[in-house]
Amino acid sequence: MLRLAPAITLSLLLIPLLAGLIGTILPAFGYLEAIGGTALGLDGWRVLFAAPGIERAVWLTLASGLLATLLSLLLAAGFCAAMAERPAFPRLRSALALLLASPPSTMALGFAFLVMPSGWLVRLVSPWLTGWDRPPVGLATVQDPLGLSFVAGLLLKEVPYLVLMTMAASAQVPVARTMAAACALGQPPALAWVKTVFPQIYPQIRLPVFAVMAFSLSAVDVAMILAPGQPPPLAVIATRWFADADLQRYFPAAAAAVLQLVIVLGAILVWRLAEIPLGWLGRRWIERGGTSPVAAFVVRRAADLAALLVGLGLLALAAMGVWSIAGIWRFPDLLPAEWRFGLWLREGGPVLATAGTTAIIGIASAALALVLALACLENEARGGGRPATRSLWLLYLPLLVPQIGFLFGVQVALIRLDLDGTLVAVVWVHAIFVVPYVFLSLADPFRALDRRQIAAAAALGAGPCRIFLAVKLPILLRPILIAAAVGFAVSVGQYLPTLFAGAGRIVTLTTEAVTLAGGADRRLVGMLAVLQASLPLAGYGLALAAPALLYRNRRDLAR
Amino acid sequence: MTSRRSPIVRHALGLAVALAALIGSPSGSQAREWNEVLAEARGQTVYFNAWAGDPQTNAFIAWVGEEAEERFGVEVEHVKLTDTAEAVARVLAEKSAGRDQGGSVDLVWINGANFLAMRQQDLLFGPFAQDLPNWRYVDTTNKPSNVIDFTVPTEGYESPWHMAQIVYVYDSARIAAYDLPRSMPAMLEWVKENPGRLTHPTVRDFLGATFLKQALYELAPDPAVLQEPATDATFAATVEPLWAWYDALRPHLWRGGREFPANGPAQRQLMSDGEIELYAAFNPAEAAVAIRLGTLPRTARVYVPDGGTIGNTSFVAIPYNAAHKEAAMVVADFLLSPEVQARAQDPEQLGNFTVLDLAKLDPAQQALFERPADAVAVPTNQEMGSMLLEPHPSWMTRIVEAWEQRYLP
Repeated sequence: MLRLAPAITLSLLLIPLLAGLIGTILPAFGYLEAIGGTALGLDGWRVLFAAPGIERAVWLTLASGLLATLLSLLLAAGFCAAMAERPAFPRLRSALALLLASPPSTMALGFAFLVMPSGWLVRLVSPWLTGWDRPPVGLATVQDPLGLSFVAGLLLKEVPYLVLMTMAASAQVPVARTMAAACALGQPPALAWVKTVFPQIYPQIRLPVFAVMAFSLSAVDVAMILAPGQPPPLAVIATRWFADADLQRYFPAAAAAVLQLVIVLGAILVWRLAEIPLGWLGRRWIERGGTSPVAAFVVRRAADLAALLVGLGLLALAAMGVWSIAGIWRFPDLLPAEWRFGLWLREGGPVLATAGTTAIIGIASAALALVLALACLENEARGGGRPATRSLWLLYLPLLVPQIGFLFGVQVALIRLDLDGTLVAVVWVHAIFVVPYVFLSLADPFRALDRRQIAAAAALGAGPCRIFLAVKLPILLRPILIAAAVGFAVSVGQYLPTLFAGAGRIVTLTTEAVTLAGGADRRLVGMLAVLQASLPLAGYGLALAAPALLYRNRRDLAR
Repeated sequence: MTSRRSPIVRHALGLAVALAALIGSPSGSQAREWNEVLAEARGQTVYFNAWAGDPQTNAFIAWVGEEAEERFGVEVEHVKLTDTAEAVARVLAEKSAGRDQGGSVDLVWINGANFLAMRQQDLLFGPFAQDLPNWRYVDTTNKPSNVIDFTVPTEGYESPWHMAQIVYVYDSARIAAYDLPRSMPAMLEWVKENPGRLTHPTVRDFLGATFLKQALYELAPDPAVLQEPATDATFAATVEPLWAWYDALRPHLWRGGREFPANGPAQRQLMSDGEIELYAAFNPAEAAVAIRLGTLPRTARVYVPDGGTIGNTSFVAIPYNAAHKEAAMVVADFLLSPEVQARAQDPEQLGNFTVLDLAKLDPAQQALFERPADAVAVPTNQEMGSMLLEPHPSWMTRIVEAWEQRYLP
């Protein structure tokens, strides 16, 4: 049974992925029987490329996606380099975790309110400094034509993620010795980290960087809130067309989804190719030695930007909290003129019910992912097949394929199976994205288990199952809970998968918040966002608190 | 709001036969006894797919659900849509997968282009509207939009729910009544003096498109052509003055006319933020509702320009493959009951004008519709002016396409 774990896991992930891709690619070339598409052709593509604003949409997708990827890597590296010499930075780590736990749409909603012309930052300096008693006209700070606010909204999620991944990868690298050697050669700590540690870590965070790239190029919920809308990025266009009243829009919608797929895969390829000359140049630069004042300056500013970003992220979360209990709150007041808790009382019931649905889906998909990941890792530990590291990119595949590129096909397949709109379907589709994160989060601690304890248990006559239950699980309780919290947070944040698999019937905090994002009452959105952020946080809190409670009498396990 | 597991209930054979007989029967000849429908409906759950951009409407649907559960044993699940087309697309996806029974959409809030699309694709169940007991109260003479939806006869395939009419919302503390722009050309002058303080929802939103249609009504050489399907010739001649006007207007709109709010209610938040000073809404009680909720100041008011504004009726329809047709009919009928209609018209709730003919009601029922004496910011019938009929859906489709061709970079 255990030996089947990797196969089961991969098929659970990859079968829907493949079926979804086929079910999206066929309509892109004109095949969808239900609406009379029985002949293969290129009409969908013609409509797509004739659509007004499509060039700009593609350009916007590429520009904002690549810029977000480059910046998030730069800022994350700057942050990690600064950890080596600036005492404030290690203290920012818990704030990073807070941003990481919050769903992308929560961050985007809060950030939008921060930077909009009538938002918090302008109110902070109005009217006493700016003289504005009305929001300024002609200040495009959200949905700006260049997509800069969209990029910033993406960075809020991606920089924490890459920092975390970099730290995780640091465990595999002799950081202390490398740094000592580099510093002895006269490099300041931050530059020492950039020149000697980062090159060793980069190959290990390559897949996370690609995941960031796929997300940046195809994020729908963040784009709906922050990106320009006339035209929006390609993924939003595809999402919109899939839901168009004109049913013939399915063909160009599928074509747009396939184009999105091509863009992401192409970008990954180009990035991979660009690594070769850049790596060569980088090595020349490192070997040259010296002090590199320009690089020092860039690293320092990147770290400052990362810190600023963390601050903005926290403010964004706070803003949504304030909105949820605001009464009348007009420009340029920094705080509401009156507080109203009525919304929580009035909407509390239905919204809490939605929160319940969200939590159930999150717990179920995280639990499923946990079982699968543990089974795969245990199987690997017992010598059942090659280590999963080699097929890691298979696990990563769902994170590298843009969601819009296969979810429509998944929806059609689910309808055929009579599963659409059921919790089972939503949990399954969430699991496609939750499993990779859970597995990645759990793999290193599991493989780093002290073999001597296992040997001791075996010497005392315990079989593999008993060792797993009585030795490995208790020792791994903390990483297991953290992996579960990661999975839960990923599930809570899912927008498109919930929309497509839930047939619109399964409502979560995220679908609700994105639906109402541009809505009539920011207080309701604030309330949803607060709950959206607090669910994963509660998950992390439990994960951190539980070992100490469970192991009150075993000091070394309670850490 | 929550979703329970809803395994697709396979109809018992007997019911399937009855349904087949019903669908196969010549239209309206043998309407089932209402008692039979009520009995079938008990215990069913209606998946009511309705646009969810407006929190008040969502709350109202939730109330309807509670009442329906109590009175008829029918549960209502509000499936929240950002665009009605999502439901159309879903029914289509089901048809493509061959699910001709037990579909996931039972009832859909619909009108105009979406109705036409579903009718043309044979995606609707019916005719059923005339068979509803409360149909007898519906005003089919003075409110022609109850039976003619965007010039398309409803033929019993959708049942009216409430009326809507365009009004403009403003803050009387900021703009004096005599300064209000009372025509589209005046609107252009106003926005030149107040740059950035006017917007309209994105043209993909029905209210955004309606804003353009409203302008078209006022600027077209011959508005009568709007009641016919648009042809290349009539369209080109009719919209020319509209684009001339809009070219002049756009640079002065909020955010330079480069970005637009996602939907009508989103403008309310912009007004509350002070970013805009004037906006179009589809509900005469918009200001009253916003005041009650504390999103707009107590001085918010609405007005209708001199030439009148476009109005229409919102309907509910049942897809051909709905799993719970009986319960859907019960809900459609309940929405037409004088009590529910009166509650919907109450500015404390929705402020949506009723589709009923009050003359057909008994005095006790009529009393339900009396305006509260202290209703603030609710326009009188006189202030509402004349209601203009919706153009044929083809106008909306073409205007939106032409707008995108012209103004998307």
